[in-house]
Amino acid sequence: MNRDTKEIEPYLASFEKFERNGFSSEPAWLRSIRQGGISHFGDLGFPTIRHEEWKYTNITPITKLPFRPVFQRPAGSLTQQQTEQFTLGHLKSSRLVFVDGHYSEALSSILPQPRGVIMGSLASAIKAHPGLVQQYLTRYAPASEHTFVALNTAFFQDGAFIHVPEQIVIEDPVRLLFIACPSEAGAAIHPRNLVIMEKGGKAIVSEHYLGMTDSAYLTNAVTEIMLGENASIEYGKVQSESLEAFHIANIQFHLNQNSNLLNHSFSWGARLARNDIRAVLNGEGINCTLNGLYMAEERQLIDHHTVIDHAKPHCNSHQFYNGILNGHSRGVFNGKIFVRPNAQKTDAKQTNRNLLLSDTATINTKPQLEIFADDVKCTHGATVGQLDEEAIFYLQSRGIGREVARRMLVYAFAGDIINRISLEPYREQLDAILVKRLEGHTRIVESL
Amino acid sequence: MLEIKNLVVGIDGRKILNGINLGVNEGEVHAIMGPNGSGKSTLAQILAGRKGYEITEGQVLYNGKDLLAMVPEERAREGLFLAFQYPVEIPGVNSTYFLKAAFNEIRKHRGLPELDAMEFLALVKERMKVLHLDQSLLNRPVNEGFSGGEKKRNEIFQMAVLEPRLAILDETDSGLDIDALRTVADGVNKLKRQDNAQVIITHYQRLLNYIIPDFVHVLFEGRIVRSGGKELALELETNGYDSIAQAEKLQAH
Repeated sequence: MNRDTKEIEPYLASFEKFERNGFSSEPAWLRSIRQGGISHFGDLGFPTIRHEEWKYTNITPITKLPFRPVFQRPAGSLTQQQTEQFTLGHLKSSRLVFVDGHYSEALSSILPQPRGVIMGSLASAIKAHPGLVQQYLTRYAPASEHTFVALNTAFFQDGAFIHVPEQIVIEDPVRLLFIACPSEAGAAIHPRNLVIMEKGGKAIVSEHYLGMTDSAYLTNAVTEIMLGENASIEYGKVQSESLEAFHIANIQFHLNQNSNLLNHSFSWGARLARNDIRAVLNGEGINCTLNGLYMAEERQLIDHHTVIDHAKPHCNSHQFYNGILNGHSRGVFNGKIFVRPNAQKTDAKQTNRNLLLSDTATINTKPQLEIFADDVKCTHGATVGQLDEEAIFYLQSRGIGREVARRMLVYAFAGDIINRISLEPYREQLDAILVKRLEGHTRIVESL
Repeated sequence: MLEIKNLVVGIDGRKILNGINLGVNEGEVHAIMGPNGSGKSTLAQILAGRKGYEITEGQVLYNGKDLLAMVPEERAREGLFLAFQYPVEIPGVNSTYFLKAAFNEIRKHRGLPELDAMEFLALVKERMKVLHLDQSLLNRPVNEGFSGGEKKRNEIFQMAVLEPRLAILDETDSGLDIDALRTVADGVNKLKRQDNAQVIITHYQRLLNYIIPDFVHVLFEGRIVRSGGKELALELETNGYDSIAQAEKLQAH
């Protein structure tokens, strides 16, 4: 038995158990999706650092300990009050709360929605709208390409489902809260989200991952988002898992003609975090912006792999990623841009800036442009630097203490990304998180 | 107020200041003039607390305290201010936020209550008028995208807000057109009081047409070789620094 088989065995056994007890009541199409998931997982196995896509991110700590899916809905230990702190200030918003991957109706609050909008848990959508879910689930995040997507496909319990019909605008932002508080170590949580925006639909949605435990757990999330013609979405994610956690997430955007995507990825939790974000620009006149901010310290590793696939002409894509690394932490940024042969007049811009606050922090940054069209504008730039001593001295010379001066500069560097959020209360909340973090409160709940 | 005694400073083993002696009292304006490379800017940087210099001899007393033992922020809180020759651009740090933080640090140090945002804004508006600065600059990051003249005026504006006891102006006139020069000089003059002092560092005499110094010192090869009244500046304007150089050579022989 080789190493790989040993690693995946517990997962296969776990699936067999799930098959017998858990999902026998599910519809046939879903059972077959799950079976496909586990079979792909078996074929793919866990990647090692020999895989180009995982070169700098060693997931051995994840493979060493078999993580068991949380099949049981956790007994409600969280109170409404505990989740109140994660609100958008005075702004009203819909909130869907998932505890260890299971939807909590008691903690969620969904505002009245325009006619035809479906918003709720994926598990209930599978029952109430099977046709719609079946049409899209796994379409943009196929299990065949990615081990962790395959694993999620096999084991997911629940997640958010949002369907916005043609020309409908959802005014109030929607927040998806994923709270991890498993009772024992080694829990695996596999959230699965599906967002479908029909022609001309509009929404603002964000995912928040947070941990309320000190024990090791794995979040392995998959989100698929489809934007129809002229649809637009601002889609954010805040990863603030507990510092013993592992966070793997895949977000797949499928964009159609003249649609608009503004995406933010804020990542500062977890011992190891890997974010795969892919946007396929499958129509003309699309505007796609992927922004990100990662902040790591101690021995954290935060990895972003992004792909922007320009499949059609006349599209714009912009990417602004900033990283702040302290202690012995490591950051990885891999930004791939494909420009397909017929994607003429593509305008793609990518920037990745990194700030190393210690001598022992590391960043591996790699822009990767694969351009097969000739009439395009593609630029990229990556920088790695330290705080500007000239600027620190200037601030000091005005009476500002050295530590405060350093903090101001770090804050400014992070603010460059936070300021790109269009929704002010959201921006303010992240700003407040940032200020707290910079003042040194980095652990779990205090950090939010 | 300021007493520099036999200050010897080098960088990378090369001597730049070669035994400076200078005393500045309250209510005085001193001008330090000298050719390029004479050590003028080094002196200013040393006084403000920049790292990277080797101070091998001498002492600087500021209000009786050992200035060189203080970190830069402490010097600023004690009332020392350097108007930079090249003000630094700080992207992402809002000008008002920065200045309010600095202002309140100094207030705290002096045992005065901090000003809130409204009070501070009122103060800032009043001081801006003196420098003819456009208020929109305050909403921008510190010095970012400012023109050369705006940067210099912004330095003097900061001085107007922070109200230092000892201001050192390092080549504040360089890169200014005549109108901007007048505005800046006018601002500096208005800030002069009986209980503070100013040290103007300049290569050219023209700034001293607008800011009249009580004393003029000539810095040459790291030493003050001549001191006198305001007429010394005019003499230099007429004869140039060459005459000083020649006089020095003669003396050396």
